[in-house]
Amino acid sequence: MPEDQPKPTPLLDELETGPWPSFVTEIKRAAENNPASADLLGLLERSYQDRKGHWKHGGIVGVRGYGSGVIGRYNDIPDEFPNVAQFHTLRVNHPSGWFYTSDALRTLADIWERHGSGLTNLHGATGDIILLGARTDQLEATFQDLTAAGFDLGGSGSAMRTPSCCVGQARCEWACFDTMKFCNNLTQAYQDEMHRPPFPYKFKVKASGCPNDCVAAIARADLSIIGIWKDDIRQDDAAVAEYAAAGLDIARDVCARCPGQCMEWTGAHLTIDNRDCKRCMHCINVMPKALRPGVERGAAILIGAKAPIVQGALLSSVLVPFVPEAEIEATVRELLARIWEFWDEYGKNRERIGELIQRVGMAAFLDGIGLEPRPEMVAFPRDNPFVFFQKEDTK
Amino acid sequence: MTRITDIGPPHYEKFLHPLIKRNYGHWLYHETLAPGVLCHVAESGERIYTVRAGSPRLLSVSTIRRFADLADQYSGGYLRFTSRHNIEFLLDNPANIEPLKRALNEAGFPVGGTNNSISNVVHTQGWIHCHSAATDASGIVKALMDRLHPHFTREDLPAKLRVAVACCVNMCGAVHCSDIAILGIHRKPPQIRHDTLRKACEIPTLIASCPTGAIRPAVVDGKRTVDVIEEQCMYCSNCFTVCAAMQMNDPENDGLSIWVGGKVSNARSEPKFSKLAIPFLPNNPPRWPEVVSAVANIVDVYARHARRFERLGEWTERVGWPRFFELTGIPFTRYHIDDFRYAGLSYARSTHMRLRP
Ligand code: HEM
Ligand code: HEM
Ligand code: HEM
Ligand code: HEM
Ligand code: SF4
Ligand code: SF4
Ligand code: SF4
Ligand code: SF4
Repeated sequence: MPEDQPKPTPLLDELETGPWPSFVTEIKRAAENNPASADLLGLLERSYQDRKGHWKHGGIVGVRGYGSGVIGRYNDIPDEFPNVAQFHTLRVNHPSGWFYTSDALRTLADIWERHGSGLTNLHGATGDIILLGARTDQLEATFQDLTAAGFDLGGSGSAMRTPSCCVGQARCEWACFDTMKFCNNLTQAYQDEMHRPPFPYKFKVKASGCPNDCVAAIARADLSIIGIWKDDIRQDDAAVAEYAAAGLDIARDVCARCPGQCMEWTGAHLTIDNRDCKRCMHCINVMPKALRPGVERGAAILIGAKAPIVQGALLSSVLVPFVPEAEIEATVRELLARIWEFWDEYGKNRERIGELIQRVGMAAFLDGIGLEPRPEMVAFPRDNPFVFFQKEDTK
Repeated sequence: MTRITDIGPPHYEKFLHPLIKRNYGHWLYHETLAPGVLCHVAESGERIYTVRAGSPRLLSVSTIRRFADLADQYSGGYLRFTSRHNIEFLLDNPANIEPLKRALNEAGFPVGGTNNSISNVVHTQGWIHCHSAATDASGIVKALMDRLHPHFTREDLPAKLRVAVACCVNMCGAVHCSDIAILGIHRKPPQIRHDTLRKACEIPTLIASCPTGAIRPAVVDGKRTVDVIEEQCMYCSNCFTVCAAMQMNDPENDGLSIWVGGKVSNARSEPKFSKLAIPFLPNNPPRWPEVVSAVANIVDVYARHARRFERLGEWTERVGWPRFFELTGIPFTRYHIDDFRYAGLSYARSTHMRLRP
């Protein structure tokens, strides 16, 4: 029958050529037995023709008892593309470290084939498994199948967002704390804050095991937990010599690139003045067999990163320079309680914590959450002379 | 049946390779055996091999099942994904590395993305799913990686090069700290459909949605509606989110901007934001040739001039931004000079200049 023929998509077909794997091929695979994916293809072709999007926000959608985890989506030409008139996304909380077994993936695939478009993102930018495109009447059923299989929804809206972490101690020798355990425990502890948005705006926590920061915590998390060590870099001189023998130019490619200016290579021996080491990871990254972080490990806690909306982009800045490994989780939970209380009291609607700190000043924020100022918190002390003294410091 | 809620994600331990479980927290070092192939050695002497491949992020259930089959065949059913949308198979038997690589290449998923390569492109939803999108994301990534994929499968750059695409200023994903970022932009305030606005939208909600307070109540042709103070609008689409009568999409004026020199990692220099390289390029699907060649040019210039282990932003800091514009041939315009809050911090406040005769 003619209406069963797929509509031609010449512009998208062009993106099935070339060496990189094609998302168009993925949509077509799903479209073979799914009318929503077939209409998605048609709608996307229309966007490619018109050079504009065809989605809009819409009314409340979700699953019973949750205020988050579903992104409602409707298209603006539903008469032409009725199978994607409603095309909502479910954010499904990924297992920490994004580890799966083949069976776990098949379980997810089966659920999503039954209830939705058969299209996913592995993974969304906050880490969730994104199930892309379901009708409103399928949301609750999808949710129930997911929870029966041991999965749950992640956060969206003005909620605690799904925490994420790097691979950490599961497969990385540099991890200064157990990022996956931390991430999983935190996720379990804040199910309510994730599923029933309680905040002025979104709140993200991300954990990286070392300053390489593979989950970009410093750039994208309101609270960034980044592993670091206190004592000396562990050094294996025989392995250093091996790297040199294999042709690594240690003077140029390691010592000269050290931001602490604290490494010296005599041509036979490497010395590191660890007091001046900035814990940047460069030398360790270049010679993983020879150098390792020290044994007195823990994490730095930084606060306030966000994308540019509304007041400009921010990177997280140092809140607690070092917490020993064993105290990280308790410290973070205590800090979260105080930070959220302050945010609740002083934050404006849709004001991220980083923006609030900019508005009231870091010093007032520290007073509010009961932390002492530390020189590690600033790049340099103030250089503007307009100091507003506290009443109690003047006579 | 009782309804199950708030159980959180499955515990990761269920999904860990037994070799990883045995050596958890006891890794000694790693080596790169080939681009995309890592070998992690534990204190016990055991080795886990990782084979990393690029994926389009948007995956159908049939491809997911194919990955599951490959995992069953080569890695005991164990696999994971990285924060940059790569897939990784975890093998205890090195004899399976080459057959798995062949199988992945045959299935169209290139192996690579490690060390000094261009890893997968972090990107957002674009026209596939988002109402704010000034452009598509998946299509740009596909066109770009078709051109740049040799840098994915080979580790042939001075340092890591991280590329990201975001389809609007909301920047889902850390686009603002990438070596090269492609950002979809709207350039005009919303076009207001005064005739339908009253029916479609709640005016107080609409006014409250604007982060800069640019929306005011107004009366047009006797109908209650709103107007926008144009100078105050930053084209964020929040108003369109709550009210479809505030049309943001504009094929002629929407387009892309290119940002360079950001980084996330603390290695060597501190993390930094990406800086504006090209203020505007047209939206030109399906292959965005202007964007692809602009990015390829920046990659080429960087690859030719940067020193070993120097990220793009570290190179520009060493040689200076005038040299970046000179070498890439990108024109420097008024838009490159910041005019937002604290813009003065980005002005050159010394006479340190590398002048050339
Ligand atoms: C404050 C600015 C932001 C706004 C207004 C915003 C808005 C949105 C909207 C409307 C969507 C839905 C897209 C769709 O599926 O249709 C979305 C998706 C998403 N956003 Fe954001 N976003 C912001 C910042 C961020 C940042 C900084 C991140 C990450 C660090 C992020 C992570 C995500 C993720 C993971 C998704 C799911 C879709 C994807 O993976 O691309 N968002 N965002
Ligand atoms: C009718 C009920 C509404 C529901 C169920 C809803 C739901 C959502 C969801 C799930 C997202 C994705 C957010 C994300 O995860 O990043 C979103 C985004 C957004 N919504 Fe709504 N929304 C509603 C009404 C509103 C209203 C009344 C406003 C403004 C006053 C609004 C403004 C926004 C904005 C600006 C975004 C961008 C993302 C963000 O803030 O995180 N929405 N909405
Ligand atoms: C020069 C800076 C960097 C170095 C030396 C570095 C080094 C590494 C190494 C050795 C690994 C393998 C770790 C493992 O899985 O065992 C890795 C993984 C990874 N890196 Fe980095 N990295 C750097 C910067 C970045 C940045 C800036 C990002 C992202 C914004 C990033 C994203 C990733 C991702 C996604 C992985 C896979 C992580 C995972 O398995 O979860 N890296 N990096
Ligand atoms: C903490 C803020 C500052 C204070 C309290 C301060 C105070 C002073 C004082 C008391 C003098 C001597 C005035 C006189 O000879 O009658 C002076 C001179 C001067 N200051 Fe500052 N100053 C400050 C910041 C700056 C800054 C930021 C600059 C320039 C970047 C600056 C540039 C100068 C110059 C050029 C002179 C004249 C020096 C000379 O004649 O040798 N000052 N300042
Ligand atoms: S952040 Fe550090 S510890 Fe975590 S995976 Fe990356 S390099 Fe390893
Ligand atoms: S970690 Fe960085 S600062 Fe410390 S010695 Fe190595 S290169 Fe230098
Ligand atoms: S970057 Fe903007 S357009 Fe793209 S998915 Fe995020 S909110 Fe939507
Ligand atoms: S696009 Fe953003 S800044 Fe402009 S009027 Fe709408 S809400 Fe306000």
